[in-house]
Amino acid sequence: MDVVNQLRRQFVDYYTSLHREGFVDDQFTQLQKLQDENSPDFVVEVASLFFEDCEKLINNMARALEQQQRVDFKQVDASVHQLKGSSSSIGAMRVKNVCIAFRSFCEAQNREGCLRCLQQVTHEYSLLKNKLQTLFRLEQQILAVGGSIPVVE
Amino acid sequence: MVLGKGASSSLSMNKVDGAEEMVDNSNNFTVLVADDDPLIQKLHEMHLKKFGLKVQVVENGKKAVDLCHFGATFNLILIDKEMPVMDGAEATKELQAMGVNSLIVGVTSRDSPYEKQAFMEAGLDYCFEKPLTADKINFLLQELNKNN
Repeated sequence: MDVVNQLRRQFVDYYTSLHREGFVDDQFTQLQKLQDENSPDFVVEVASLFFEDCEKLINNMARALEQQQRVDFKQVDASVHQLKGSSSSIGAMRVKNVCIAFRSFCEAQNREGCLRCLQQVTHEYSLLKNKLQTLFRLEQQILAVGGSIPVVE
Repeated sequence: MVLGKGASSSLSMNKVDGAEEMVDNSNNFTVLVADDDPLIQKLHEMHLKKFGLKVQVVENGKKAVDLCHFGATFNLILIDKEMPVMDGAEATKELQAMGVNSLIVGVTSRDSPYEKQAFMEAGLDYCFEKPLTADKINFLLQELNKNN
């Protein structure tokens, strides 16, 4: 098998594993379909914006939850809510699912539960970031050897 | 999806996979997107442009209202709920009070029926939960084509 086909196979397998393991859902596939020759870096750009969103919002949540006595749960919820919107829009399924649980703890004004979710969402975001960076590196390797990125349904 | 007061309940949605199978190929419709998140702005803009729609983006409700106040017209306004300066509900009320001739659609992360209904009561025609998808855009295009 030549290098291009090997890399393409690797890409497809990796992409499929991201879906299988729940890191991304169909919304992420839709983003791949939106990318074209006029916007060849669309998915990378969207992922970068998402990572920026995550970092900002996770910091906001952490700051709000630092207050032992008077946590502003509305403020925490506002950040979680925004992260839920971003993650569902990019197809970051595991991050989105943590946000759903997180919101319940905000509603219940349960600081311990919120702190656990904060830890979880930070973990899921880090995992996803690594996975997507690996995927994008594979894309670059394929393009560097003159191949085209496979479209995975 | 939540329907507004004027919406028909006997709609048929074409289930399509992408922009290539859009209902009407002559999409000269203009769309205003109001959302403060650069990620959502970029996603909405790309989704809509794939359907051949002309898109303008603003980051809060006040800018949406000001644009319309100063004469800009749009067939469709996609509006988020939570935005700084002026939120989506307030902006929707002002746009309706101005009598804008646009389909005004909320696109929100709010998932409880109560929260969506509260947003609807500001005067939305429809309210969708994020993410914006090809199916939802096709549905809105059907509505725009009907109205035209």
